[in-house]
Amino acid sequence: MLRTALHGLLLLSGVAGAAGVPELPAHLRDTGLYADAAMTQVRSEVLPFSPQYPLWSDGASKRRWIHVPEGTSIDATRPDAWEFPRGTKLWKEFSHGDRIETRYIERSVDGTWRYASYVWSADGRDAVLAPAVGVRDLPVPTAPGARYSIPAQDDCRACHEGAPVPVLGFSALQLSPDLQALVAGSTLKNLPAELLAHPPRIEAANPTERAALGYLHANCGHCHNDDGPLAVLEMSLAHRVGTKESAGAVLRSIVGVPGEFRIAGGTARVEPGQPEASVLALRMRSREPLQQMPPLGTSAVDLEAMSLIGRWIESLSVHQSK
Amino acid sequence: MYSLKMFVRIALVVAASFARAGEPPAAAAASEALARGKYLVTVAGCNDCHTPWKLTPEGRKPDMDRMLSGHPEALVMPVAPTPEQPWQMTAAATNTAFSGPWGVSFTANLTPDRETGLGKWTVRNFTETIRTGRHLGRGREILPPMPIPMYKNFTDEDLAAIFTYLQSIPVVKNRVPEPRLPAALASARR
Repeated sequence: MLRTALHGLLLLSGVAGAAGVPELPAHLRDTGLYADAAMTQVRSEVLPFSPQYPLWSDGASKRRWIHVPEGTSIDATRPDAWEFPRGTKLWKEFSHGDRIETRYIERSVDGTWRYASYVWSADGRDAVLAPAVGVRDLPVPTAPGARYSIPAQDDCRACHEGAPVPVLGFSALQLSPDLQALVAGSTLKNLPAELLAHPPRIEAANPTERAALGYLHANCGHCHNDDGPLAVLEMSLAHRVGTKESAGAVLRSIVGVPGEFRIAGGTARVEPGQPEASVLALRMRSREPLQQMPPLGTSAVDLEAMSLIGRWIESLSVHQSK
Repeated sequence: MYSLKMFVRIALVVAASFARAGEPPAAAAASEALARGKYLVTVAGCNDCHTPWKLTPEGRKPDMDRMLSGHPEALVMPVAPTPEQPWQMTAAATNTAFSGPWGVSFTANLTPDRETGLGKWTVRNFTETIRTGRHLGRGREILPPMPIPMYKNFTDEDLAAIFTYLQSIPVVKNRVPEPRLPAALASARR
């Protein structure tokens, strides 16, 4: 009922575009994702994809799609900063049983990136552009805490513009098993031959470490990397397929490193053998707004991930300290 | 096409600007930004909260020996008294720690110390912090009474000038405490 009322308000309010910039479509059905007005069939030209290390979104199930304009390809010359053609569109649909929102990223004709979210009506027949400031605590009985927040466009930028390119889940590492198909289908061009012959994987000491570093890459690396604005923190959790010993660089920036943030019990970003003394794990487990990591986009702890991170830290020996 | 007269006029203006500043254009621009930044930091009241206040024979005033170094690390604040409504906020005598409905906030070290201040920051870090009201533009929210809703309206040029000035002031090593949530909220969110 409340979602229906909110949906009506969004329709009435409308969202104006900035001067000189075309307005974002008011309805999801006008963004080019669906083949039918009922929004049940995705257009055949739109490609579904699934990153191997997904972002935690409080347990929401997600579907993702990308579309590049006909006759264009993504340029993979720079293996960690793919160049997406103008007109590229990406969608990510979030569901807790019913569809709640679909996030949308578009590379405009002038080369800039735009971010939006479309909120689904309770009956699933429409999805309307959310206000730029987002929507806090939308009542969704099936979501954790029965509440769901739509991000503000500034929140979108905070995460997506901390990385070399704003597209986070469509990359050489994330789509490692799919690279050959992407090249064969001409979605991707200029991928270095080495990556085609040997699809990239995180060079870790064991499968647990590989899974842990992959999780940190996907959930933290878009901000915590060594070439974005947070490079000043000297903590990189992003894996670079174009860099030798990338995993080693990640480990050197966290294992046994004190860091700046102080939290009760924490002695290092990652204290070998001691998850309970590792600031990284303590902040991931917290949902205090002043401590939690990530600071945006989640209000529920990923318990499965905490188990993984805990097992990985326990497996580290003291000699691995910096 | 420029006439000879116009060419001479332009040349004279350029020469005069060099002579006036006595330095090349880039240095003059940097000098201007520094002066502008100092002016903005002064009139925007940054010292009111980011410089610890001390008692002097003339009354309480900012301790400029610790200019813009934030809440003193050595000053551990006890739990603040709960004010009687409609009073809402409690401030430390240094005017660097504030307790209110948001919890307890401590003013940041704005000096260019690399470990405890802004020494490693870039102008982008600074601009994004003020513009978004989030630490480094993407972390935790900056708490009251920092007037983010007003300061986010600074132009990029003004923020760059402020940052230029802040990077020029004396280094003070002072690690400011992390902010605290209200006790009830903190226990509920753990």
